[in-house]
This record gives sequence, structure tokens and C-alpha cells, in this order.
Amino acid sequence: MNQEPLLAARGLEVSLSGRVILRDVSLTFSPGHLVALVGPNGAGKTTLLRALSGLVPSTGSIEVGGDQLSTLPLRERAKRLGYLPQGHLVHWPLPAKDVVALGRYPHGATDPARLSARDQEAVLRAMQTTNVLALAERPVTELSGGERSRVALARVLAVEAPIVLADEPMASLDPRYQIDVMVNLRSAADRGVLIVVVTHDLGLAARFADSVVVLSEGRLVAHGKPAEALSEQILADVFRISAYRADYRNEAVILPWAGV
Amino acid sequence: MVKAGLRGHPLKVTLGLAVLVASLAVVSLGIGQVRLPPLTVIDALFGGGTDAQQIIVGEIRLPRMILALAIGAMLGMSGAALQGLLRNPLASPSLFGAPQSAAFGAVLMISLGLADVRSYALPAAGIAMAFLSVFVLLAIAGRRAGLLLLILSGLAISSLAGAATALVMNLSLNPFAALEIAFWLLGSLEDRSFRHVMLALPFIVAGVAVLMSQRSAFRALSLGEETAQSLGVHVGRLRLLVIAGVALGVGGAVAVSGTIGFVGLVAPHLVRPLIGHDPGRLLVPSALAGAALLLAADIAVRIIPSTTDIKVGVLTSIIGVPFFLYLIVRERRSLGGGVA
Repeated sequence: MNQEPLLAARGLEVSLSGRVILRDVSLTFSPGHLVALVGPNGAGKTTLLRALSGLVPSTGSIEVGGDQLSTLPLRERAKRLGYLPQGHLVHWPLPAKDVVALGRYPHGATDPARLSARDQEAVLRAMQTTNVLALAERPVTELSGGERSRVALARVLAVEAPIVLADEPMASLDPRYQIDVMVNLRSAADRGVLIVVVTHDLGLAARFADSVVVLSEGRLVAHGKPAEALSEQILADVFRISAYRADYRNEAVILPWAGV
Repeated sequence: MVKAGLRGHPLKVTLGLAVLVASLAVVSLGIGQVRLPPLTVIDALFGGGTDAQQIIVGEIRLPRMILALAIGAMLGMSGAALQGLLRNPLASPSLFGAPQSAAFGAVLMISLGLADVRSYALPAAGIAMAFLSVFVLLAIAGRRAGLLLLILSGLAISSLAGAATALVMNLSLNPFAALEIAFWLLGSLEDRSFRHVMLALPFIVAGVAVLMSQRSAFRALSLGEETAQSLGVHVGRLRLLVIAGVALGVGGAVAVSGTIGFVGLVAPHLVRPLIGHDPGRLLVPSALAGAALLLAADIAVRIIPSTTDIKVGVLTSIIGVPFFLYLIVRERRSLGGGVA
């Protein structure tokens, strides 16, 4: 646990069109961790994720592997930070395998028809992990929401970046695939990848994450082990809910139960 | 959706299109008041045949054919590039008012007496106005431009350019000059010389080169601007380069041909069923399809019997606008949604 932080934000502030979205957020993350980023709607979760990946201008500092993010060329950022946005939009009916292959774009593989052996392996691995090999030739626009989000997850895993920032990758998935996505992210973390995943599912966050970051109205409220960061007090103050809490096989079980 | 069976190998499709363009080019050299069979045309090109045949093919028809080929290719590629940039199948230079704006620039030059129709001031003014129009359009439409917003802004810009052109003609002191401009605006490749080729070709080649240099970025852009940026694409720079490439090509083309519309809209749609939707791989085939379209249209205006010449720009619009309507019907669902 005493590793050098892989991703560190200090005094991060983001304003979009004159409105302050994030205030003074400082966080450090180590490699091999699965971090769940939670908070009510409008707390600034997506903005924090976009700021960490350098997609929105911010003040304060962001360090990636010891380098200031702002000094890194775009291509280098892309190799270090895989970013999976909400919605999994693809504008053209491209075959699923070509979409996954775009994950190799930062590595210079800009044409899915001409991938090096190494790029092909990365694409194959990512598609196996997310169980989308059978969809390889199907146009993504014809896939179901669940299939499309698995293809999108494969795309971001294919980057094989040391850091993956995923914005609600479980939205529109059935319970089985929600668990599968978390298992995938968990195993990537166990291989040494830092995963920061935005989610509304406190139960899955508590079950799979090493740590939980709680945001509320643009401020950092808590960052710690799931049971601590999602304490009764914080659930009541931030989410205005109470939850059923238990331990099951040494994992925290948190089941949102009622409004308070 | 496109059936997989229709698709060919991209390279084969591209080669097939290239053969089609070459055949149309030879036919184009043979059509006119003196009709020449293809073999005679090829013979004359390489210095055979009679002197008359050599002059007809090499000096009268060759510049026209080169311009049709180059302008068609450039328009086709511009359409594919704009559709790729905006991830929108209804994008094209003419729907964005680029040729109309370029024409305004050129007309302004002529009527201010700053340039005759054979000076480099024409393409320069055309390029500047085309750049301005596409830039303004993209600025109005913003980063997440929906179909409706783009088309309405394009309509406004082309109307403005048309009105400005009309005003210039209205204020023109010489009614014959105004009439000449009006005909020139219809878009034609008749009676063009190598001087015209030299006027347009460098800009068209530059525009095509700029657009080609960005072809893989269009592919990453299929996932949206944010994801493309997270993959290492400079989206802001890409936009500027595409605007510049389209403006160079369209401005150069309009300066010698007047406004020729809708080739850029139609060409990418013709090749998508053959090679799929990958916007990076569409550029070259779309250029070939555009070249084939304009060559065919320019052959057609010479074959269609009529008392006066039909201008090729009129013909492409007559064919292109119904195609545009068909696309609107096809995209009705996304156009109908309130938030465009």
C-alpha cells in the first residue's frame, strides 16, 4: 500500500461556463486499486473523471505517474489513461471489432484493417475478457444496450493503459453483466491497473472496490475503505438514505433501504 | 442496413472505381461536336491521329476533363471529410454554403474590378470566403451539432452568400457583366483551358492532401469528440484542418467552374454500401465516386439534346436535391426528435 501514487490530484478546481463544478479536490490513487467514485446526481463525478483524463480544463495539479498531466502530449496521455464515457455512443455502424481496435489508436494502430500482431492480441484479450468475441462482425449500432456497453468496455481495456477511468460502465446492463463488468475491472486491478469507476450502485461499490470516493456538490466528502466511506452518517448526509449493512464472507454488504 | 454480401474488398472497390473514372475520362475526351471513338482519343493523346484530332482532344477537351475529374474528386472527398468530422450523413460543402460563399468572394473580386476571370485573386477570394463560411457554420453549430442545427445554419449561410452575390450583381454598373456572372454562377466546365487548370489544380491538390492527412482521425471520431480526444486526437486542430482543406478545394474549384453542388453530398453515400461506414476508409473511394459523378454529368450535358447549353452545375443540383430529400426522409427519425 505504500506505493508511489499513480494518479494524484491536488487542489483540483473545475468551472464550466462560470459555474464551479469541483472545489478543492485532492486525491491520490495507487496502482492495482479499484476505486469507486460515488455521489448523488450532479455531485461532479463525471466532471472529476473528465478532469483527471485532461478532457476539461482545471486548475490545481494532476500528476500521472510522476508527470504533470498538462505537460504530457495528447498521445502520451492517451497511452496512460483509458477513458470510457457514458452512453457508449458510436456514430457509424462499424463492426464491433473495429470499435474495440480503436483502443489501439494511441499506440499508432490507426487502421483496424492493419493491426500488428501485438495490437491484435490486445484486441482479442479485451474481447475475450468482456465476452464479445461472438459480436465481432456485428455493426455496433445494431447491438442491444448491454452488448454495446460490453463492446465499449472492451475498447477501453484494449488500450491496456495503466489507468482506466470508466463512467458508469454498468448502466443498462442486467445484474449478471453488472457483476461481470465489476469482476473484469477487479481482475484488471489485480493485474496492477488503477481503475476509477463512477457508479450509482453502492452495493457493487462496497462489494468490489478497494476504496470509495464520495463526492457531494463538487466537494470531496470521503475517501477510504468502502465501509468507512459509505458510513451510516455519510449515507444519511450525502445520499439522504439509510441502508441495510452487513458483513458477508468478509465483504461489506450495503443495501440502500429507505430515504431519510 | 447494408448487407454484408454487397461489400467487396476495399482495395478491389477502389480499383473498380478508378477504372470507372478512367473510362469516363476517355469518353469525356471523345464527346462533343466532333465525336471520337475511345481508341482514337487514346491515340490522339499520345501524339497519334490527325492534327485536328490532337487539338480537339489535347487542347480543347483535356483541360475540361481534368477539371471535371479534379473538382469532382475534391467535392466527393470534402463531403466524406465533413460527414466524418460531424458524424453526420447530411454534411456536405454545398449544404453548408461553402461553394455559394466562395462564389460570392469571386464575384466580388470581378465586380470590384480587382481581378479578371483568369487571375489568382479569384481562387484566393473564393478560398477565403469558403473558409469563413465553414468556420462560422461550425462555430454556430457548436461541438455537439445536431442535424437540424447544422442544416438550418447551412441554409442561412448559403442564403446570405446568395443574397450578397445578388446585391453585388444588383449594384453592378454593367448589365452585361451581371448577366455573365449569373451564367458563370450556374456552374460549368465549358471552354476551360490549361490556364484554368493551373488556377484551380494546385489548391485542389493542397486541399485533398490536407484532408487525406487526417483520415485516421475521422475513424477515432466515430466514438465522439471526447473519446477521440482521450485516444490522442487533437479535435480542435482536426476541425481547423478540415475546414482549411475543404475551403482550399472548394475555393479553387469555384473560381474556375462556378458553383457545382451536391456531388459532395451524394458521393460518400454511393460508396458506403460497397466498403462500409469507416469514415477513414471512405475518403479515397468518395473522391473517385465524386470524379465519376462529375465526369458523367459533364458528359451528359453534352449529350442531352437542347437548344441552349445545359450547365453542369444545374444538372448536378437537379439530381442532387431529390437525393437530399431522400436522405432527409431516411434520417427523418433523428431530424424529428425535438433536441436535434
